[in-house]
Amino acid sequence: MASVLKIIDLAKIYSLESVLVYAVKGVTLEVEEGDFVALMGPSGSGKSTLLNLLGCLDRPTNGQYFLAGQDVARMEDDQLSNIRSRYLGFIFQQYNLLPQYTVVENIEIPLLYQGAKLSNSTTNRCIGLAQLVGLGNRLDHRPMQLSGGQQQRVAIARSLVNDPAVILADEPTGNLDSRTSDEIMHLLSKLNEAGKTIIMVTHENDIASWAKRVVRMRDGVIESDIRNEKPTVSIEGATSTIQTELLESLVLNQSK
Amino acid sequence: MLIFSITAILMLASLFACILIWDKGRRSFILAVRSLWLHRLRAFLSVLGIIIGTGAVISLMAFGEGSMQDALEDIRRLGANNIMVRSVKPTDDAGSSKRSYIAIYGLTYTDFDKIATIPTVTRMVPMRIFPQEVRRGYKGVNSRIVSTIPDYLDIHNIEMKSGRFLVADDEVLLRNVAVLGSELANRLFPFEDPIDKEVQLGTFFYKIIGVMKERSQGGVSTEDVNLDVVIPIATARVRFGERIFMRSAGSRSAEKVEISQITLTVSDTEKVRPTGEIIRSILENHGKADWTVNVPLDRLEEAERAKERYKMLLVLIASISLLVGGIGIMNIMLATVTERTREIGIRRALGAKRRDITLQFLIEAVVQTSVGGILGIVLGLAMVYALPFFAETFWDARIPAKVHFESITWSLTTAVAVGIVFGIYPSRRAALMDPIEALRHV
Repeated sequence: MASVLKIIDLAKIYSLESVLVYAVKGVTLEVEEGDFVALMGPSGSGKSTLLNLLGCLDRPTNGQYFLAGQDVARMEDDQLSNIRSRYLGFIFQQYNLLPQYTVVENIEIPLLYQGAKLSNSTTNRCIGLAQLVGLGNRLDHRPMQLSGGQQQRVAIARSLVNDPAVILADEPTGNLDSRTSDEIMHLLSKLNEAGKTIIMVTHENDIASWAKRVVRMRDGVIESDIRNEKPTVSIEGATSTIQTELLESLVLNQSK
Repeated sequence: MLIFSITAILMLASLFACILIWDKGRRSFILAVRSLWLHRLRAFLSVLGIIIGTGAVISLMAFGEGSMQDALEDIRRLGANNIMVRSVKPTDDAGSSKRSYIAIYGLTYTDFDKIATIPTVTRMVPMRIFPQEVRRGYKGVNSRIVSTIPDYLDIHNIEMKSGRFLVADDEVLLRNVAVLGSELANRLFPFEDPIDKEVQLGTFFYKIIGVMKERSQGGVSTEDVNLDVVIPIATARVRFGERIFMRSAGSRSAEKVEISQITLTVSDTEKVRPTGEIIRSILENHGKADWTVNVPLDRLEEAERAKERYKMLLVLIASISLLVGGIGIMNIMLATVTERTREIGIRRALGAKRRDITLQFLIEAVVQTSVGGILGIVLGLAMVYALPFFAETFWDARIPAKVHFESITWSLTTAVAVGIVFGIYPSRRAALMDPIEALRHV
């Protein structure tokens, strides 16, 4: 499988009050298309910084970063915005939906910044994604009217709307109870099955067990990088919210 | 100025059209309206400065314009193409009249003939005006005789209530005819039609040939013009002569004045002032200040200059209030940006460029100030229509008001401009935030 993301000797050094803090000290990592990577490590291990670097929200002090064949390590701010809007999907711990927007409008945001013309077809795609994550009957709801799990599902739909090369999830289940967590992880693993590349930061082993590959970090370097031969695929009792035909239409989108 | 208004409106319209056609712009616009609606009270308070400023400008401009136009109308009634030359009693007549009883001063028929030679003068109306009691039987009214020629009718825009005005034959045949002012007619003939009746002026009887319609004072003379009686000037010259005796508080005085006033019309507005100068130079020969030349056009232009000054003052007041309003907007925008730091982070993560963020907040500021501007215009117009109404119904006072279209476009343009100017800094600040920091913000 082709690699979709490749970092070579990536480093990030902050200077805090004239003290240099080495948050990430030369990390080399290659992620293949269709992989599901869990990034683990205790707090302060540099995993969040690495995720920010991977998400093009931050620029590395040193090293190289290739995303979908492009060298993004030295890009300008506007170019990075472009990369984010075309190749990356974000899922956050706090869902980060815009409170003023409805479900559909929230899903639509990344398209807005792609400079795409908003039309009926883009709206339909957003509605389709909302249905995919099981919120087809809450299209006009505001985030405040949804539960945490539902909000996170909206966020997942939003991360899919621009058909990204990589989905970056920062502790997607951190604010959810275990049952809802399972639903979310089930959704993510289904997306992965459909061909989506996912990189997920977590510090919970049960959550990491859903991933195909577990990368552990400590003190800014990779401590271990293990393939998980038998990832969790479903949990008993967790209701599947995914509709197969919608998922297939998403896969079709991916291949196109 | 109309062109300016139209351009301004077109520019504003195209600005909003661009925002609305463009997807991101429309989204920002809708978002702006929504978040303003979400914080209705706060948004209202923050644009209150602009609302009051705009309202004040619109209404003050309308009231100023209204009273100015009233004043200009008064002057125009005198005629912009007219020049009034009047006789005045010299203040220091010790040298001029020696020890005689008779004060001789004022315009003469010689002056009249000299002025008549000026080619730009198209019409001259001489008047001899003096106080005289008008009698009808036992009734007497202290009135004023205005002896003049038929052209007086046109030059003073007099309308007849009944009968006719003087005609040329009245002058030639020295007829004893009189035209009464409306008030004078009311007093002398309260219950009957005065036409063809007679009144006594001095020692002779005059046939009444017409009654003039009531007219307003025009702000020049202190006498009630509706108490005037008009007779042919030739008749007056023969019957009364030029010497007028006046009794006052135990002493008698007399004065000899040939013509009290000449109202003349100039062919062209541009030639009014040079003609006035020529008349002045002719009258300089009197050697004493027993005349005045009054050019209404001068006052007209003076009034217009005053109007301009008033307008400048208003613009200054408006600028100050809009500055204050703008600072209010900036303050609230900075608060909004801080409050929505996280939203900025989310948008940046999802692919928004810095300029997208700048524009979003800028649009929000402009929407806010535009709404403020529109509310201000509504407030101003409400005041313009309500205040004169209340003044009329409760105090019986007249407040002239005229809404200036220009003031509306001007204040709307300024409101938008204030939004842009005072929105730029907060918007830039929002755009320059570090996305990671912004996302971490609670």
